[in-house]
Amino acid sequence: MDAIERMRLSFTLNGRAVEVDVEPSDLLIDVLRDRLGLKGTKRSCDVEVCGACTVLVNGLPVSSCTTLAADADGQTVLTIEGVAQGGHLDRVQRAFVEHAGMQCGFCTPGMVLATTALLNVNPKPDEAEIRHFLRGNICRCTGYIKILEAVKSLV
Amino acid sequence: MLPHRFQYHRPHNLDQVFELIDRYGDDAALYAGGTELLLALKARVLRYEHLVDLKRVPGLKGVRESDGQVVIGALSSHFSLATDPIVKRLVPAYAALSDNIANIRVRVSGTIGGNLCFAEPHADPPAMLAALGASLTLRGRNGERSVAMADFIEGEFTTVREPAEVLTEVRIPVPAVSARFAYCSFGHLERPAVGIAAGYCPERGMPRYRIWAGAIAGQPIRLQSVENALAGVPIENLGDVLADAASSAAQQLPAHDNLQGSADYKRHLAAVLTRRAVEQAAGLPPRKEAA
Repeated sequence: MDAIERMRLSFTLNGRAVEVDVEPSDLLIDVLRDRLGLKGTKRSCDVEVCGACTVLVNGLPVSSCTTLAADADGQTVLTIEGVAQGGHLDRVQRAFVEHAGMQCGFCTPGMVLATTALLNVNPKPDEAEIRHFLRGNICRCTGYIKILEAVKSLV
Repeated sequence: MLPHRFQYHRPHNLDQVFELIDRYGDDAALYAGGTELLLALKARVLRYEHLVDLKRVPGLKGVRESDGQVVIGALSSHFSLATDPIVKRLVPAYAALSDNIANIRVRVSGTIGGNLCFAEPHADPPAMLAALGASLTLRGRNGERSVAMADFIEGEFTTVREPAEVLTEVRIPVPAVSARFAYCSFGHLERPAVGIAAGYCPERGMPRYRIWAGAIAGQPIRLQSVENALAGVPIENLGDVLADAASSAAQQLPAHDNLQGSADYKRHLAAVLTRRAVEQAAGLPPRKEAA
């Protein structure tokens, strides 16, 4: 086969313009974690089921474990590191803290980002809509009630 | 898991897509949302030297209404269809189905065209699109052809699409005002073990149904015996025939044992879900019951 050409990607990451050289087969999660040092994005199931690797692309959640870095080119990406502003937790993070919406914390970056996306597309979700949107984010500590209370407090 | 290395191509029009397919042949895969393809590449059950990304080809996304059809661009995501005003107004059952595929991340990335062309049997759209009488537009270098959804999938991971064709559109005839569609599925994983699409489509005031079973076999299967048994039966008398017709049709389905359940279990599900989907399409209230 032809030699693999590296690609120069330009995208907005957590509000800042970034450029990074990648191979076409590089996954977004690996570029975020290993090239750009953003370890808040977690790899867990690796098959788009658990939500631990959730990042937002143009405001909507994707599984970064099963997204090519190439697909971020020209897009706007938000990871958990970009949610707090100026050293202050944002409202979603504060709600999770105030309602103890976490136990081990491994699913929390994905939960916070999924919640952020939910409120982007539906600022006033009812409980059924919250459960439906967050259905694909799994908490293996099973602390769902507190997470649900945290999200409901934002509506 | 990481995929084997591959070259990535980002064509900006269909002519460039066809050139890449000509140049690389079987070494190239068309790449849409990636929710199926990337999983298979990561698991190394598939290997391609070249990915041809369709996402930046203009004109393949979006929904329009044209000549009594809802025309859906093949690169439209499930999420976009779940929230699209035209789909919600004219084919609400398809919007509802789209809103229940897998999880929100898969719905955001995954596309209707990718879902159909990958032809993973445990998928929701095919049975419903078959019940709706949808047709698919396949574009090649020298023109395009239309294939009925009912004829598109030949078996597991196999369709009638030629390697040098691109699925560009899914066309759904706008259902009659009196028609109503419903989809009932069940699976203990994110994919359906069985999904049943039912349409209540009265003709000259007489009840008629279209009923398709999805996921249980490699391609959607029309439950014609149930359709025949229910034709003309007044809705208030459905209970006299529906359960028996659904059970005997389910027993004939070519189910097999796999991760989603045993063949017997899936035939049981097919009977229950057929009854529920038909009742819902006919406008009967859901009843409390144990499956």
